Amino acid sequence: MVKQMSELDLETVTSQYYDVLKELGNIGAGNAMTALSQMIGSKIDMRVPQVKLLEFDELGTIIGGEEQIMVGVFLGVEGDISGSMLFLLEQSSAKHLINKVMMGMGSPDDPEFTEMERSAMQEVGNIITGAYLNSLAMITNLTIYPSPPSLTVDMAGAILSVPAIEFGIYGDKILMIQSQFFDDVEIDGFFVLVPDIDSYAKILSALGMPV
Amino acid sequence: MSEIIKVGMADLKTCIAPDGITTLGLGSCVGVAIRDTGGKVGGLAHVMLPDSKAIKNSQTNIAKFADTGIDELVRQMEALGASRRRMVAKIAGGATMFNYTAKADSMQVGCRNVEAVKKKLGELGIPIIAEDTGLNYGRTVVFYPETGEFQIKAVGKQVTVI
Repeated sequence: MVKQMSELDLETVTSQYYDVLKELGNIGAGNAMTALSQMIGSKIDMRVPQVKLLEFDELGTIIGGEEQIMVGVFLGVEGDISGSMLFLLEQSSAKHLINKVMMGMGSPDDPEFTEMERSAMQEVGNIITGAYLNSLAMITNLTIYPSPPSLTVDMAGAILSVPAIEFGIYGDKILMIQSQFFDDVEIDGFFVLVPDIDSYAKILSALGMPV
Repeated sequence: MSEIIKVGMADLKTCIAPDGITTLGLGSCVGVAIRDTGGKVGGLAHVMLPDSKAIKNSQTNIAKFADTGIDELVRQMEALGASRRRMVAKIAGGATMFNYTAKADSMQVGCRNVEAVKKKLGELGIPIIAEDTGLNYGRTVVFYPETGEFQIKAVGKQVTVI
């Protein structure tokens, strides 16, 4: 019987299962980065993922302030677990990434996004998020799939408020698995998996952790 | 020397003119700015969810909800000498950031927040004299209780004052 995570204390969960959640992020993001490298035909590195339990007002600080303009691709996570996934890049990073995906046919120096670039960015989000979630589904034996991607260019605070509100229903903090990736020059972005609070319990017990 | 006081997500604060008060990057959350038209007291709440009563768990942060947050903001303003009869409100935010439809319920939270804020202000008899809500983009707001000026900034748009 899976005990509902909402009955548990997020702080306890984070400290007890920190390494497990971090390893999940590592595997998921590792697969996502491989997919991304293949897509653009060059190497992408990533930092060790971080598991973060944050107060809502600390959210903006994880990526350079609430007003930092970011390109965000948002996907709902569905199936046996629910939650959301965000793929976040600074505007210039996103433009460079898209330019590589479009084999040099983008416009990396113009801050605006063309229709073509927007759909390329959504597709990138779709492919790498798929790679992340597939590996997660494989390890946990759970059915996990993403919703169609949705793209926005907006302030980090406004983008991150979307998963934060989900957590607001249960408490005053948000638990997320964050991976940062970069290439040798232009690309620097984040990948944030935010399972809903009950889904943490499902993921952990699927991995044989006592929850 | 006046300063600008910052209100975080799911938080509320009051200020005394000529100080101003701000909150950054409102998405589906709603910024509720209230001022006493006959005094110097103003306040701003960054409302995250519509209804504290719809939540089963006991909640510690009352600033998070439209109903309890606005009650508390008005209470704090009255404690500073403001009069409820003279209070007016301006609101902004409540956007739908992503057009993701599978979880229609949680994605409509922006609209529901705006409705809940209007209902609560209506119950308290505080008129809403201006608003900039809905649509699909984030907003940063700055409120000056001295003049009632409510500045709204959004990415790629001119600063508007309502």
